[in-house]
Amino acid sequence: MRHSTRIAVGPVQFRVGSDWAEPIAGLERLYAAYPQDDARPADATVRLFAARPWRRWLRPSVHIGGDFIVPDALPLPLSMGLLAAEMGMNLQVALGWRRHMLLHASAVAKHGRAIIMSGESGSGKSTLAALLGEDGWRLMGDEFTLIDPASGDAFAFPRAVSLKNQAIAEVAGRVDPSRLGPLLAGTPKGDIRHLIPRADAIAAMHEPARPALLLFPRFGGEAAIEPMGEGEAFVRLTEASTNYVALGEAGFAALTRLVRETPAFGVSYPDSATGMALVEQLWAEAVR
Amino acid sequence: MSAVQTFVDLLAGRRDAATLTRRDWDGVIGVARAEAMLATLACRLEQAALRPPVAALLADQRAAAEVAQRQALWEAEMARRALKGQRIEFVLLKGTAYAAAGLSCAAGRQIGDLDILVLRSDIGRAENDLLEAGWEWVKSDPYDDAYYRDHMHELPPLIHKARDRMIDVHHTILPQTHRITPDALILMAEAIETPSGFRVLSPPAMACHCAAHLLADGDLQGGLRNLWDFHLLVLDFLKDDRDFYLTLIEEASTHGLAKVVKRALRLANRIYGTPLRSYSWPFRLEFEREWDDDLFIRRLLARDEWGHATGFALQQAFYIRSHWLRMPPAMLARHLWTKWRKR
Amino acid sequence: MPDAVYRAAPPDALRIEPLGDLTAIFDRRSTQTHLVVPPIPEILTLMGDAPCDAAALAARLAAAFDLDAEGDARVVVAERLAELAAIGLVERA
Repeated sequence: MRHSTRIAVGPVQFRVGSDWAEPIAGLERLYAAYPQDDARPADATVRLFAARPWRRWLRPSVHIGGDFIVPDALPLPLSMGLLAAEMGMNLQVALGWRRHMLLHASAVAKHGRAIIMSGESGSGKSTLAALLGEDGWRLMGDEFTLIDPASGDAFAFPRAVSLKNQAIAEVAGRVDPSRLGPLLAGTPKGDIRHLIPRADAIAAMHEPARPALLLFPRFGGEAAIEPMGEGEAFVRLTEASTNYVALGEAGFAALTRLVRETPAFGVSYPDSATGMALVEQLWAEAVR
Repeated sequence: MSAVQTFVDLLAGRRDAATLTRRDWDGVIGVARAEAMLATLACRLEQAALRPPVAALLADQRAAAEVAQRQALWEAEMARRALKGQRIEFVLLKGTAYAAAGLSCAAGRQIGDLDILVLRSDIGRAENDLLEAGWEWVKSDPYDDAYYRDHMHELPPLIHKARDRMIDVHHTILPQTHRITPDALILMAEAIETPSGFRVLSPPAMACHCAAHLLADGDLQGGLRNLWDFHLLVLDFLKDDRDFYLTLIEEASTHGLAKVVKRALRLANRIYGTPLRSYSWPFRLEFEREWDDDLFIRRLLARDEWGHATGFALQQAFYIRSHWLRMPPAMLARHLWTKWRKR
Repeated sequence: MPDAVYRAAPPDALRIEPLGDLTAIFDRRSTQTHLVVPPIPEILTLMGDAPCDAAALAARLAAAFDLDAEGDARVVVAERLAELAAIGLVERA
């Protein structure tokens, strides 16, 4: 490929190749401070390519490829190349990673213990994690949390946070502008702006944390906390895992252990401030 | 050295994994993933001294392949349960058969659909039993359905509604329109039983089918994997039969596959180093190169260091060839026309 | 028509983990996870090694849990057994 870069996020080493310079330059700015081992081969490959050679210049549209592809994925305009790269990286992890059980969940940690927040997009799990990450917590990731089957520990995947729509204004005001990527307006997922995690979260990206709380946030409605049984948490997390089935008995053992050892709650909240307060309240009770 | 060449050298044991640079590994891993053979490579290099990140990635692949293979064998078990009520005999084919028989090529091999062979006279009952046990038709249009039933060597694919896995029920191992038609009755009669209680093709028939699947049945997509299967099948079967080449060519001749099998042997020799042995008695067997072997080799090795398929014209040529082999020319024209209009 | 006769999975094939109200069953042969509610775990436990039919199982369930074996217990057990066979946890003998 004409342009390429290498990025390590948590335990995953990526190489990203592109027919255009712009997405690579964008990635290199977002991931400049991430620790990098140049001698380490890539676990996962992402390719951003033009379907036809002239499409590099003429109405350039970025196709997302790599080790794993989604056959009917639509290409994105070059102005959204950074989003294409993010989607490509997510795809490779979701479909290719086997070392840990992957949960589609955000996570934050304090004193070596983690809060794992799982929910559909729109649940606010990313925004909550990003806000907590600016408020005394170590951001472990806004999209994936990795569970080590052997130890039961949570591992971080602190990619650049993908802030969407209202979350952009909510978070952007609190952080140094140098930690924000360009505004990608009107993408298929709405407006998007990337946030580089705090330096301490990046520096700690290889440190495991013990799961202390499993939360299932739901944005909207009255503030409410509802304890969740082991069985329901198990079912929800199998649905939130992209590789549970592929891990076989190791995944089964990891998940039964996780839901048995970790208290789980459904959390409804009308706004981010309330959501954060509820999380802090549950945390105080959990570590007491 | 290209990434794909390094990849096949590693499989063939011609290259020491310790000598690979980071850049070599990037290319090898990319190519291996594109060929769906990373777990195969991982099994091949299980004893090799590797740097920790590579060793960890390959260990992940081995563990995942073991789970995936169990899932594939479970499909065979569920098919056995579905078909046992009416005592329908069936033979496992391809990947599931290799795994059930514990053959070398099963190590790390990805297994997609379950392929089984039943007698043509049993096909209606087999279809009924499978539908009753939860398999259902993959939604397809009437043209595709008729095409499968009339001209291919299988029922239209069935998918299990709960497990979401496909089964292909064959009644011969090549399309009926194919100008070469192996005799399924002989294949079924000579099938052998594995320790796990499944039936698989006899060694020479299995190697013939593998070669046919590689060269006569497709456009060489996934060819490196199929050729690796073939290479290891030959090595496995040579252990019990020193003159397996003769057994193999004899079997191939009864199915009209001698040319295909000889080509597979030559290609496997050039890519993976399969030993070849010529005979002058009881019949003459030699492996002279043919002019177009190089084209096949180029098609098989057409991948760049990003795992991306190269050689577009060559791909197209082999795609048309695969249909040319399968269909009489008038039918081929009709088929390509129908496919083209639907795009 | 007499009841169908079923055989249980070999003992080491299943890993059974109670999770509150549910029971998670991991089948090592298929690598599938099944989440079940009573009386499925009880049925699997009471099947034993030898093949048995719904009537026999209904009687064992009644004895084990001090239930009334009358009525449609046999029909219910027969339905559950057919479901278990469909997911492969038991097999038609």
